[in-house]
Amino acid sequence: MGVMDPSLAPPIPPGADQDAILRAVGDEITNRGFVIAKADKLFNWARSGSLWPMTFGLACCAVEMMHSAASRYDMDRYGMLFRPSPRQSDVMIVAGTLTNKMAPALRRVYDQMPEPRWVLSMGSCANGGGYYHYSYAVVRGCDRIVPVDVYVPGCPPTAEALIYGLLQLQKKIRRTATIARS
Amino acid sequence: MNDNDLIDNVGDTSEPPLQLMADHLRDIGQGLPLSSEVVHGEIEVQVNAADVAQLLMLLRDDRQAAFTQLIDLTAVDYPERKDRFDVVYQMLSMENNMRLRVVAVVAEGQTVPSVTAVFMAANWAEREVWDMFGIFFAGHPDLRRLLTDYGFEGHPLRKDFPLTGHVEVRYDDAQRRVINEPVHLVQEFRDFDFLSPWEGMHSELGGKPAASDPDKTAK
Repeated sequence: MGVMDPSLAPPIPPGADQDAILRAVGDEITNRGFVIAKADKLFNWARSGSLWPMTFGLACCAVEMMHSAASRYDMDRYGMLFRPSPRQSDVMIVAGTLTNKMAPALRRVYDQMPEPRWVLSMGSCANGGGYYHYSYAVVRGCDRIVPVDVYVPGCPPTAEALIYGLLQLQKKIRRTATIARS
Repeated sequence: MNDNDLIDNVGDTSEPPLQLMADHLRDIGQGLPLSSEVVHGEIEVQVNAADVAQLLMLLRDDRQAAFTQLIDLTAVDYPERKDRFDVVYQMLSMENNMRLRVVAVVAEGQTVPSVTAVFMAANWAEREVWDMFGIFFAGHPDLRRLLTDYGFEGHPLRKDFPLTGHVEVRYDDAQRRVINEPVHLVQEFRDFDFLSPWEGMHSELGGKPAASDPDKTAK
């Protein structure tokens, strides 16, 4: 992780090769006092390694989101801790059915999040209306209201599936985020 | 005379306690109940819509009946009838351990007196009935919508309101707000329940065919 460029080679497992690289880096620090890395790779590593979600638990998927933050599938090990305020969060997890009455509030919360921000749509109701797709009072997918980066299918998705979705979001951030202001 | 003479006398007569209570309600009703019968093992009292608040107050205040709890307040839509709505009040008497149904037949556009002054539990229940069916309750302190969206038009639980409604919602980037649009479904609602025993159930419970369905034989 860290200062290695992941696009050059996959992470090297522990062994003689890894020891050689670590020794080389250690020598650099000892001799020159600094190491060189690309700035945007460093920022993306920081952004993805410390994703703070804004909980938007609307319905039953919120319970599976709680499961993923609890002790078995601890989200805190990935650096994710839930923030109650959109002003302090990076990603919004839309967990549950989005009704017509809730749609303006969702948009307002999304607008209050500072850049860079991402949205993860959790569960089939948030993906496309889900079980209530034909109802008069349901938005057929939260992507009608906010732009979505990762969709996690399921009804509800298991906590493990949500963690998988969040890890996919981390990979997307490392791949596509830039430090240029949009 | 004891307060619970009605129940204490149960062992003396051959009539079951529900029928005793139904007769007692007819006696104390001051002529308001149109009928007070035991139907399918439950007491059902029919009343005119204009008298419903007064009847509920009588039921609550009578020492022997003592129906002091309003459990539920809903409406049912029978569109083929002339007076299409049935407003239903479910009541519970804790002292007698009995439940009761009061039914008022209401036409579209007719107002029903509110029972909020009698039972405070009716407040939001009547708001829900107004929102979902469009039945107006006169004398309600705050009759406005409860469940539907703020600019919603229509009464969703009426039988002539379509499942998918008339408008749907999306965010418009140009106006920078959430807007309502006429609904457009990519795939229509499909019902695959062809073999269900409940589909098209036209007979009464118990297998007897309904009078309006002559081609169904009794099973």
